[in-house]
Amino acid sequence: MRFVGLAIRNFKEMWRDPISMGLEIGIPAGFLVIFWALGRSMGDESTFAPTVLVPGIAVFGFAFLLMFSAVVLARDREGALLSRLLTAPLKPRDFILSYSLPYIPLVILQIAVCFGIGAVLGLEILGNAGLAFLILLIMGICCVELGMILGLLFAANQVSGVGSVIITLVALLGGIWIDLGTIGGVFYSVGNALPFAHAINGARAVMAYGAGFSGIATDFYWVLGYTIVFFALGVFLFRRRMAE
Amino acid sequence: MSDGISNNRFAIQTLSLSRKFGDLVAVDNIDLSIKKGELFSLLGPNGAGKTTAIKMLCCLLKPSSGTATVMGHDINEDPMAVKQIIDISPQETAIAEHLNAWENLSLIGGIRGLAKTEVRKRSENLLEMVGLTKRAKEQVRKFSGGMKRRLSIAMALVADPQVLFLDEPTLGLDPQSRRGIWEHIAELKGKKTILLTTHYLEEADALADRIAIIDEGKIAALGTPQELKDSISDMQVMVVKAKNLTPDAIQGLKKIYPEVEATEEGVEIRAKQLSFYEIVDCLRPRGVVIQSTSLKQPTLDDVFLRLTGKELRE
Repeated sequence: MRFVGLAIRNFKEMWRDPISMGLEIGIPAGFLVIFWALGRSMGDESTFAPTVLVPGIAVFGFAFLLMFSAVVLARDREGALLSRLLTAPLKPRDFILSYSLPYIPLVILQIAVCFGIGAVLGLEILGNAGLAFLILLIMGICCVELGMILGLLFAANQVSGVGSVIITLVALLGGIWIDLGTIGGVFYSVGNALPFAHAINGARAVMAYGAGFSGIATDFYWVLGYTIVFFALGVFLFRRRMAE
Repeated sequence: MSDGISNNRFAIQTLSLSRKFGDLVAVDNIDLSIKKGELFSLLGPNGAGKTTAIKMLCCLLKPSSGTATVMGHDINEDPMAVKQIIDISPQETAIAEHLNAWENLSLIGGIRGLAKTEVRKRSENLLEMVGLTKRAKEQVRKFSGGMKRRLSIAMALVADPQVLFLDEPTLGLDPQSRRGIWEHIAELKGKKTILLTTHYLEEADALADRIAIIDEGKIAALGTPQELKDSISDMQVMVVKAKNLTPDAIQGLKKIYPEVEATEEGVEIRAKQLSFYEIVDCLRPRGVVIQSTSLKQPTLDDVFLRLTGKELRE
């Protein structure tokens, strides 16, 4: 449990960066209100219904979290502190855990903000809210693990560029703004191969149609599988970086 | 464990330790034996291979060939055991800037498996030792360079390592801060094995029990500061204070004594045998006004110059 000390440090560093924290919470909250207002203005309240918007915007928020977590790791990697920490008897998985775990409260907060604002805007969850929350939570952790991979592959100044591309791809291939079924073709195939659309569709199914776990099991395990793979890949890359 | 090089008298032993980066040989077949409780210094200019050597001993870098043991644990075969008993204050200021001094010490204590109460107790003593008790709850990004260095050393000590690596601990500090850190390092002498790298001659001279002079990845000389100076006892150094010292006069001296160095106040001449009259006869006809001459004891700088043909300057 030696990684806990480092996880606490990373947690404090993150929460003591008020601008980044404000953006992490403010972006999904702001987008949710803007798109809801847009829907009302266009008279299209089904496309922009809270049950559609809340899961999509939550995942969109995770894409920013992905970039944030990648920058923190990349910055530490470039500095001397990580070298010092690497002389401690910690394993690669300890490092990945200590850089990932501090984001879980932020993921929970992001989802809670989306659910809260959604409720104000008229969100009615037909199924189990906890199940919708859970699949989004795993999606959030999945994004943080992907952030770890980016933080290990790229320098801090490169991460923002790569992160912008990933945010756009998440929006397009996750079906956040436009349903993947409507787009079809390659976008549909690629989008369904990735975890983002599965998290959104799973949460939407619970919220709008009252689906239970069996109804979203494929989506759930799809997202969970990606999370485990990204974590393992992060550990593998960290070990390689240590060897270098 | 390489039994061939294991010896319980020694805290650190290296056997043909080498590291290459492409075609560059950063550390070239180093063989060292550092005794337990010794303060050992690797002295050399930037790029000599000091930090690369330390990184290998701390298991941050794999050797290209050769190996080393730290308290009997092989760095290649059992890096986790090595990491359990060492700590390092790296060359760059390796601290968490958004945390305060307490939290930085707790971080290191935590990842090294110390109980909270133990960390608190040790942190109190260490903060007192490095004079940071009053600033302990401030975020360290507000600290001066000297304060950050002091904290960095305290962080390296919080887990009470058996072997401590100090990589250029006073690099870039003003003379007053440097002397302050020397005092802290001197307090540790004899209590733990310390490997200190530096390119400051006076630092190695003032602190080290033994010094290895390293240049281009190789050990050029090894001994106590006095032994190293004695090794060039056949060399004389004459300090000449003079006015109107022209380039022509210096060239004239160099024809007699190849090692002539211009200083602010005159010249320093090094040779196995110096003749006062020869020097005067060379300078006076060239209009040089000699104010004083004196013979100087050889310094580590002279040792370095003799061994490498280069000067070791800040």
